[in-house]
This record gives sequence, C-alpha cells and structure tokens, in this order.
Amino acid sequence: MAYPTTYRYTKEHEWISAEGATGTVGITDYAQSSLGDIVFVDLPKVGDPLEAGKIFGSVESVKAVSDLFSPVSGSVTAINDELKDKPEWINSDANTTWMLKLTLSDPAELDTLLTAEQYVAFVAEETGH
Amino acid sequence: METATNTASNPAPPLRKTALNASHRAHRAKMVDFGGWDMPVEYSGLIAEHMAVRTAVGLFDVSHMGDIQFRGPGSLAAVQRLCMNDASKLAVGQAQYSAMLTPEGTFVDDVVVHKLSDNDYLLVINAGTREKDVAWVRKQVGTMPSIHISDYSDYYTQLAIQGPKAEATLAKLTDTNLSVIKNYWFTFGKVCGLYNVMIARTGYTGEDGFEIYIPSDEPTSSRVWGEILNAGAEFGILPCGLGARNTLRLESAMALYGHEISDTINVFEANLARYAKLGGTADGPGTDFVGRAALAAIQAAGGPKRKLVGLEMIERGIGRDGYPVCTLGGERIGEITSGSPAPFLKKNIALAYVPIQYAGLDKVVAVQIRGQLVQAKVVATPFYKRPKKST
Repeated sequence: MAYPTTYRYTKEHEWISAEGATGTVGITDYAQSSLGDIVFVDLPKVGDPLEAGKIFGSVESVKAVSDLFSPVSGSVTAINDELKDKPEWINSDANTTWMLKLTLSDPAELDTLLTAEQYVAFVAEETGH
Repeated sequence: METATNTASNPAPPLRKTALNASHRAHRAKMVDFGGWDMPVEYSGLIAEHMAVRTAVGLFDVSHMGDIQFRGPGSLAAVQRLCMNDASKLAVGQAQYSAMLTPEGTFVDDVVVHKLSDNDYLLVINAGTREKDVAWVRKQVGTMPSIHISDYSDYYTQLAIQGPKAEATLAKLTDTNLSVIKNYWFTFGKVCGLYNVMIARTGYTGEDGFEIYIPSDEPTSSRVWGEILNAGAEFGILPCGLGARNTLRLESAMALYGHEISDTINVFEANLARYAKLGGTADGPGTDFVGRAALAAIQAAGGPKRKLVGLEMIERGIGRDGYPVCTLGGERIGEITSGSPAPFLKKNIALAYVPIQYAGLDKVVAVQIRGQLVQAKVVATPFYKRPKKST
C-alpha cells in the first residue's frame, strides 16, 4: 500500500495529516499489518493535552499490545468513537482510518517528522528488505 | 507505536526450521521466533484462521514438536516411571495425555503417550523443551533393563488437520476408514500415496481433528501440505499459524508449557491431577512415577495453596500473559499465565494462578492493565467446548 505523500510519519509508525494548526492522527499500514487483527483501541479524551513523542493511547491486536505515540504536541479536539466497535477498520484502511484530531501547539514540529519517502526507507531498513 | 512483543537483541543461535519453512515463506506467512524455531504466526489473519478451525478446517505445521520413542520389553516400566498417567491402561493404537514430573511434583513437560505395540511407545513432546526432555528421559531411564530410547524428532513432519471438516478433508487423501478412529486413538495407513503413515485423532485446538506424521524431507512435506490444502479447499480450509493455535488452545483451556505449567508449578495447582495415577480405592495402587511422593505429600498437607482458574474480563480491557491479578483493592494476589481476546467466544479471557480463596466460580478480581485495575470474574473452564456430534 502506498503512503500518502501529504502525511508525515513517526518512527513509531503513526501518521499525521495537518493543515495549518489542525492535525489528524492514525497508524500506518505497516503498523496494522505487523499487529494483525486489531480488536481494541484505547484513546484519550477530547481536551486532553498531547506531547510530541509521548504515549497517548494503545492499540491491541489479538496477539499484541502497542503504545501509541503522539507525532506532535497539542490538544485533542476529536476522537474517532467508531473505533470502539469497529477497531478492525484500521486493518481495512490504515491510511484513512483516523484515531484523533488535534490542534497543534507548534506546527514547526511537523518538520522533524519523516516524509513518506523517508518512512518507506525506514521501514525497509527495519524489516531488512 | 511500539510493540510490547519486541525482544532484546541478544545474539541468539540461528533459528531452527521445519521442512515446510520455505513453503511458509513462499506463501507469505508472517514468521516469528517460537522457542528457537522460525515458525509461521499467521497466514491470512489470526481471527480468520481461528474461525476456520472452529467452523470448517485448518492446517497447521507442528513439526517443531518432538518425538521420543521407548522400545524394548522394559519400555512400559520406563514410561510408567517417567510419566504420571497410567500407560498400562493403554491398548495398542491408543494415546493418552500425560506429563513428566520433577521429584518435586512440578512439570518437566506435558506429553502425549502413544502405545505403538506392547514394547513400543511414542511420546510427543513440546518444541521448546526437546533437548531438556530427551536428556531427562535418558537420565531417568539410566540403567533400566531392556529399554532403548530414540529421539525421532527430526524424522517426522507433523501436520495437524483440525476442525469439524478435518475428517472429510483427510478422507479424500487416504483409504483408511477415519470414522472408526476414536478420539485419542491412532492407526497407520496410506496418506497421499505414502504408506504406513501414523494418523492420530489428536490435536491442540479443542476441535475434532487429526495429526499425521510423515517423512520430514522437504519435497514430501511440501507435497502433502499442498495436497491437504487442495483437498480442504471445498470446505474453506485455511493454513494456520501458531497465533491461532494459541487462541484455540486457550479457549479450550489447554496448558502450554512455560505458561500454565513449568518446573515451578505442581500438578494440583495446574488442575491436572486427574491425569496422575496417584492410587486410591477405585483407582488401584497407582504407579510409582517420578514426583509421586511429592504429590502425595502435597495432598496430605491439604492440597495446593494456589490454583489455575479461568478469568473473563467484565470491564473493558484485555488481560495478557504476565499481567498481575489483584484484589479489587489493588493487592497483588497472582498472575495471568495466558490471556487474549477469544476470537470465537468474542470475550477477553485468561488463565491465571490465584490463591485458593479467590478460585471459586464468580469471584470478582482485578487485572492490572498498564496501571489500571480492570475487573474480571472467575469462570468455569474450558471456556469453549465443542458441540457433540449429532450423527
């Protein structure tokens, strides 16, 4: 699956799509594929603060738990509540299945994240092919 | 995102491979290190594979399992000494669940004992404990008379065909009448053109099914693997990985070495005393197996202090291997040995050790999940029991 070039990526396999100070966060296709069948997503509440590089929640497949790391700092403005009942949507389409929306406190932080091209290279290095 | 299953980067010996390794990789299975073996954890997806076994049929490569053969006139005496169940009750062609114990009554490994003939027994053992088990057997057998031990682990490719359509699938590949093989019995027959293949009605999924033992060369192994998948296609067969094998056995509350059983857990704690022939009025004198004296002492002292129980999460959360079990007040009382979402039951379940006073059905406890106490209750095991055949 292709990684949208308009997104930015973390080395912990989250993506962020941002316009100005508004951002949307999810996990990458590589992440969903590594996890396998996702059955549970634990997300923060609207209004909660987020800090770049810090844990904001977790995602669980049948066989593993993974922490979710915030790509940037800011505060949560919306949560994808549908994931409570339909966590498997992340497996179906990780690129468009968002987890939360936020207001960025410092949009310049986006520049520290990986581009799609850099992320693809990073994954290739991590998986050894 | 960072997975909790990542392991440390200690230099490890190269992973061992079954004869089907190239075949698994060619079919894009996701591979993992399982007890030093490079094994498929999933093919199409854990939940789909789990459901295929519960509702149709699934195929597993379980060649990493070990096989120790006891031969000679002294073989029964040796099996009786090494294993807690009573192998003298087996008929030729019959198998039984058993375990090898330490002198303390804890587990060296759990095993399935097959009686091949009066002087010939096959013990199927776990992959991760193969070398330890073989060394233990040789040491215990020591100078016992008229007994010869062989480690045939690398000689067999072991395939498990599991699910309500397992018999219909395998029947297309053999002239053996499978319908007369009872649960935990086996026979030898022609499978996929191979003569004298051991066909056992055994498994580790809680479902009906068979395990077959074929020669472990790569061409034969991959040919038979492919022929079984073709034969099962009309029933919706899926190749399955160890991920589904684990959730299937957990729903059925079957023990896994290193989790529910180990050399620090005794037979009573693990609820497996029904497989130990300790002797009693209805049971005869029992057998003099390694660990029996310790078990008798534990029994005389009033039984175990902790017990393996089934837990079902009541609140939202998944209890997993190693998570602490606490009182509702947060005092740590035990630990989960295996925990996972149960794909067929659609509940979050776990097996855990707790003190006897918390082991009663419907007792409510708390599982500590990343710092939070999440309520769970003690439920009867197995969590899943397959429906009785209507025919």
